[in-house]
Amino acid sequence: MAIARSRFTICVAIAALVLACRATLSASPERSGSPQSPTFGVGRAPTAAELRAIDIDVAPDGRGLPSGRGTAAAGKDVYARRCETCHGPTGREGPQDVLVGGLGSLSTPNPQKTVGSYWPYATTLWDYIRRAMPFDHPGTLTTDEIYAATAYVLFMNGIVGEHDEVNQQTLPLVTMPNRSGFVADPRPDIPVKRKP
Amino acid sequence: MQRSRRWFLRASAFWSSAAIACRGRSGAPPAEPRSIGAPISAYGARSRFEKGARFVNRNTKAPLEEAASQTPLHDTFGIITPSSLHFERHHSGVPEIDPAAHRLTIHGLVDRPLVLTVDELKRLPSISRIHFLECSGNSSSEWRGGSSGSDVQRIHGLTSCGEWTGVSAALLLRECGVHADAAWVLAEGADAGKHDRSIPMQKMMDDALVVYGQNGEPLRPEQGYPLRLLLPGWEGNANVKWLRRLKVTDQAAMTREETSKYTDLMPDGTARQFTFVMEPKSVITQPSGGDRLPVAGVYEVTGIAWSGRGAIARVEITTDGGATWAAADLQTPVLPRAHTRFRWLWKWDGRDAVIASRCTDETGYTQPPLGELIARRGTNSFYHNNGIQAWRVAPDGTITNGNRA
Repeated sequence: MAIARSRFTICVAIAALVLACRATLSASPERSGSPQSPTFGVGRAPTAAELRAIDIDVAPDGRGLPSGRGTAAAGKDVYARRCETCHGPTGREGPQDVLVGGLGSLSTPNPQKTVGSYWPYATTLWDYIRRAMPFDHPGTLTTDEIYAATAYVLFMNGIVGEHDEVNQQTLPLVTMPNRSGFVADPRPDIPVKRKP
Repeated sequence: MQRSRRWFLRASAFWSSAAIACRGRSGAPPAEPRSIGAPISAYGARSRFEKGARFVNRNTKAPLEEAASQTPLHDTFGIITPSSLHFERHHSGVPEIDPAAHRLTIHGLVDRPLVLTVDELKRLPSISRIHFLECSGNSSSEWRGGSSGSDVQRIHGLTSCGEWTGVSAALLLRECGVHADAAWVLAEGADAGKHDRSIPMQKMMDDALVVYGQNGEPLRPEQGYPLRLLLPGWEGNANVKWLRRLKVTDQAAMTREETSKYTDLMPDGTARQFTFVMEPKSVITQPSGGDRLPVAGVYEVTGIAWSGRGAIARVEITTDGGATWAAADLQTPVLPRAHTRFRWLWKWDGRDAVIASRCTDETGYTQPPLGELIARRGTNSFYHNNGIQAWRVAPDGTITNGNRA
């Protein structure tokens, strides 16, 4: 009798454990949803929340830009607090990458490749600030701070006005001075004589 | 100093050990100790007598998390770079990643977006291949003449070669069902700065690998542990480390690293973009800058050659500054898009000499003199210098960078 009861208890316990495990597994994203890969049956579909968290790139046409806004006037303060130490008071001093100036220098013996003189797309600036800046604390600027800092760097380069609002509609429309400065890879660019 | 004397020390070490052998029991302790040695150990380390190391330049304004360290090409043999000596280039430091928590997400223009664990990737059919990886900024010091005191490690040490193991990127993309309008794949890392590059779909479907293994063990953290992209023959920067995401798209993302950096500025002010292939290149690693030949006589000249377009077909050596060339021996294996070791015996007559190597790959492309590249590209392009490296040998045997006129 005692044995039978304990056997029953064990069965219940196992059943509960199995149910608990299945509940845990189905709650974990690793088990949620198909489709898995058709040939090898590995992987799972990402959840919408997972994709939102990592799908951070911004395309030149503005795809990927979140809603938000900023002006150079607002960006001056963001720049002073979060950017100036590395890029200098006016974006020209360094010690790290020079952001401002250099227009007309690309074909000289000392080219200055700055945001204003070299970068072909304004969206890249927004993407890179969100992705990687400030160098020692990437990911700590708010969306509006990123728009404002972007606006301020463009303003220092004379590309937008101090009070122009930069947002997900206007940023892709900004035409950078060196927009048409890039060409495809022509290599090999020396004569290739013959197959050995 | 230690480096520049190595050649001399090696020769003198031979004679002094011979002298000790003649003297018998007196003098220094025997070279082969008779006492019992160290026990077995769980993970090997090199001899304490070996000091070869990556070159870390601490004298720069750039932080060391946004920097490069160079492989000691002078002191490595054969074609495989030990994982511990593989060059580094990081843009926001080396992240510490728990492989159990790491995920690779493939999404965008696909029928079935996928999230994969590292263990799941290891269950898929694996491919192991030996390939070089070279930073496109390798040898960039030489565009403007370089430094006469520089050496092969500091000039050319941003190339390394290893055996990489992983999964075909094409297999993964096929499992996801790529849409017909897909043209690019954005590869993104999990490092602090989320380093990203756009890769043409054609390369992804050709020979790209998502790798987890390097030289028989898991990738080193500096090389992207637990996952990296490997694009055989293409510039290092595009071989995204700590790979967390592949997004299939219809256009290039125009990331910072493929617009403001890693583009090649020409004399007319335009810049070449998406210059992925590392063109045929070779360099003599021994004897080279910083060495000193102790006496006139016979030396083996050796070095490495590689091409991002395929296998090396021929390497030639000059000792008279390019007036005449002789064919070097290629050490097998000679593999496509891999370092290839070459060797050639030289009888140095003790006079001034300028030695150099040049390679030709299976496409027929012959490595040009640096001046030929400068004639076409000017001196502002920074990236992709695959010109011939000259070493100047003085009558006293000292060797310096011969690129500097």
